[in-house]
Parts: sequence; C-alpha cells; structure tokens
Amino acid sequence: MAASTYTLPPLPYAYDALEPHISAQIMELHHSKHHQTYITNLNAALKSQAEAVHTSDITTQVSLQQGIRFNAGGHINHSLFWQNLAPANSAEAKSSAAPKLVKQIKATWGDEQKFREAFKAALLGIQGSGWGWLVKVETGNEHRLSIVTTKDQDPVVGNGEVPVFGVDMWEHAYYLQYLNGKAAYVENIWSVINWKTAEERFVGTRADAFKVLKASM
Amino acid sequence: MSSTLMRSSALRSALRASAPKASTRAGLAGTSFVRGKATLPDLPYDYGALEPSISGKIMELHHDKHHQTYVTSLNNFSEQIAEAKAKEDIQAQIALQPLINFHGGGHINHTLFWENLAPKNQGGGEPPSGKLSQAINDGYGSLEGFQEKFNVALAGIQGSGWAWLVQDTQTGNIQIKTYANQDPVVGQFRPILGIDAWEHAYYLQYQNRKAEYFKAIWDVVNWKAAEKRLK
Repeated sequence: MAASTYTLPPLPYAYDALEPHISAQIMELHHSKHHQTYITNLNAALKSQAEAVHTSDITTQVSLQQGIRFNAGGHINHSLFWQNLAPANSAEAKSSAAPKLVKQIKATWGDEQKFREAFKAALLGIQGSGWGWLVKVETGNEHRLSIVTTKDQDPVVGNGEVPVFGVDMWEHAYYLQYLNGKAAYVENIWSVINWKTAEERFVGTRADAFKVLKASM
Repeated sequence: MSSTLMRSSALRSALRASAPKASTRAGLAGTSFVRGKATLPDLPYDYGALEPSISGKIMELHHDKHHQTYVTSLNNFSEQIAEAKAKEDIQAQIALQPLINFHGGGHINHTLFWENLAPKNQGGGEPPSGKLSQAINDGYGSLEGFQEKFNVALAGIQGSGWAWLVQDTQTGNIQIKTYANQDPVVGQFRPILGIDAWEHAYYLQYQNRKAEYFKAIWDVVNWKAAEKRLK
C-alpha cells in the first residue's frame, strides 16, 4: 500500500553553469527550494491518496486530485526543464545538435528565426504563471510540432504528446535577475537551450522523454 | 513622490487623484480615467514606507513598472476593442476580452491593493472596528482566526493570483475568496481587502519563503480603507 516516493533529481550541471543567462542564485533557489517543495508536497499527497484508496474513501481521493496534479506537474515540468538546458558554451546549446528537429521546425515555421519569434510571442502572452513548450504531437504514423502554453504547473501529458523542450515562465524563474523585464529573459533563454536533449526527445518516444522521472522513484 | 501626495487616508487620496468624472462606485473608487484613459494612481505613501514588511524596491517596481504595464496595456487593448466595436467586428471583440479582463483586472486589483495598505504610522496594522470587526468576529471568532484562514487561502493559490475578503452583494455576508491571475472581484462580490500573491509582490525580499510575506503583510494592512468598502 506504500506510495511511491519521489526525490529531487540532481542538476546535470553546476548552479552557476548557465550564467550570465540565468544566475546561480536563481538556479539554486529554483532547484533546491522550489522543485524540492513540489516533490515534498507530491509525496505527502500521494501518501494521503494511498491511505484513501486503502480505506475506500472516494471523496478524499477526489479532493486530493488537484493537489496531485499541481505538485506532480511541478515535479515533471522542472525535471524536464533542467535537462533541456545546457551551458551556453557547450555543443549541446547549438541548434546544430538537433538536425532532425531543426528540419521539422523549418518545414513547420519557414525558418528557425520565425519559430523563435512565434515561441517568444507565446511565452510573453502567458497571463500569470505557466510554461511554454515545443511539443511533438503523434497522430497515427505522422507527427507534427506545436507550440503550447500551459498554466501554473499543468504538465504536457496528453495522448501522443511528447514535450521537446519547455521554458518556465513563473516569475521565480527569472525575477531576481530580470525583474519585470521578462522579454530579456525570453530572449536570453535561447542561449542555454539544450538542443541535443531536444533532438533525443523529438526522435524518441514519450517514455524516453519521461525517463528522468522514473529514475527519481 | 512628493510629500504632498502623502495623505492620511489612502481611499480619499485615490479619490482625489481620480479625474472629475471617475466612477465612485464601491470597489472602483481609485480607478482613474482621463478622457477615457486609465492612469497610474499615485501611491498614498512613499515606496519605502511599508518597510520592513515590504521593501522599497519591491514597492517601486510593483507600482512604477508592473501596475504601469497593466495600465498601458489596458489602454492599448481598450482602444483596439473600441475600434472593433466601431467596425462591428465581433470576432475581434471576443478575442480582446481576455486581455481586457487581465490588464483591466491588474489595474483594478493593484489600485485597491495600494489603498488597503498603509504604513504603521498611518494606521497600518491597526485592527478593524465597527461593522467589519463585528462581521469578522462573527465569522471567524477573532481577527487572529481570520488572518490564519486568510493565510491558508493565500498559501493554497496554485500559480499567480490574489486572496480577497469579499462581501456577497446578495446576502451582505463576508467571506475569503481566491482569484486566479488578475481576475478582478466583480459581479456578485464586492472587494473589501486584497492581498497580492503574485511572486513579484514579494520575491526580491522573501524568495520562496512566501509564508513569511503573508505573515508580515498584516502589519501594514489598512483596515480603515477596508471598512469604508463594506456596505
């Protein structure tokens, strides 16, 4: 009857590795405090849920769902986010590390610049807290790319949806460095996108994209 | 900010700052319009006046940048929706409505928020009296009991939003409600007291320790302004 317990995945780089685009102070708070809090709250909610299942308490189970969605979403989103960032001077941070993905981006948006403009507009259009994602949507034997925004910590977990990369638009992701200047954050984030990870998620399956979560059980 | 703008009553100052034809309807007292344009209302106290509860830097960015952006965007989208109405373009009007809600809500919420805060030497943190005090004691046992419930509501907001003490316009009863993003308190409910739970309201000072912000803000709540909103 014991519920799964999730743990904070280690960052694949040092807190200061994304400087000057994202400050070490932001990264440390974001990873060791914010992400940790989602995990702590998720584990508590899952424990309560396991007890409610055990006692066949359906009303408690339903009342726990929104908290599970929010905190699990926070864990899923941040786990994917850390992996789809990389130090600016690394080979992974160049879009040349994602030849197949870039080909499809060009086929969809015309060129890479137009895609970036569309993605930036989507990010800046978020009202309140949320995320912007590039998503691979599988439809039968075909797949297409789509820019998707999600509110709060809603994760990209729909049928056939593979999150390729995501950008956190909560104020805690940039405020200590960029203050109200979120357009500058949205501009600078391109320097630290991990295109190698993006390519792997694009050519892989949903299970591949989410494997970082399995490792944290 | 010049000292002439520092007045004892936040509500009165916001009223004075508004244009002659501004609506004085409850809850919108401080929303000022000049020739149909929304303008940033002056703060009724200095940026540093709410320290140590809220830092001067937070107050300056929050008022001068964030609130100003809502005002600018509201005016921009109001103009666009007026054009769409003139052209009888119903699709464009509907597409603009969420933007009016968001930026108009941001303007309304912040205007009310500045009014319902005050420095300690201008009555900040002094407990409510009269009808509002009675209603709080009836509903929550005590002011402390109310604040505890209010802070639980604030802490439970998932993402950006506000918590409000509202009055039901049908029954006259008061209750605590949370609103997502910049959704304003309109319709059935009347705003009495609002606390901003967006991260920009506290992050520079409190970072992820938002419970500390929720605790500290009661020292600068202007209950006199809240009382005047209650009908």
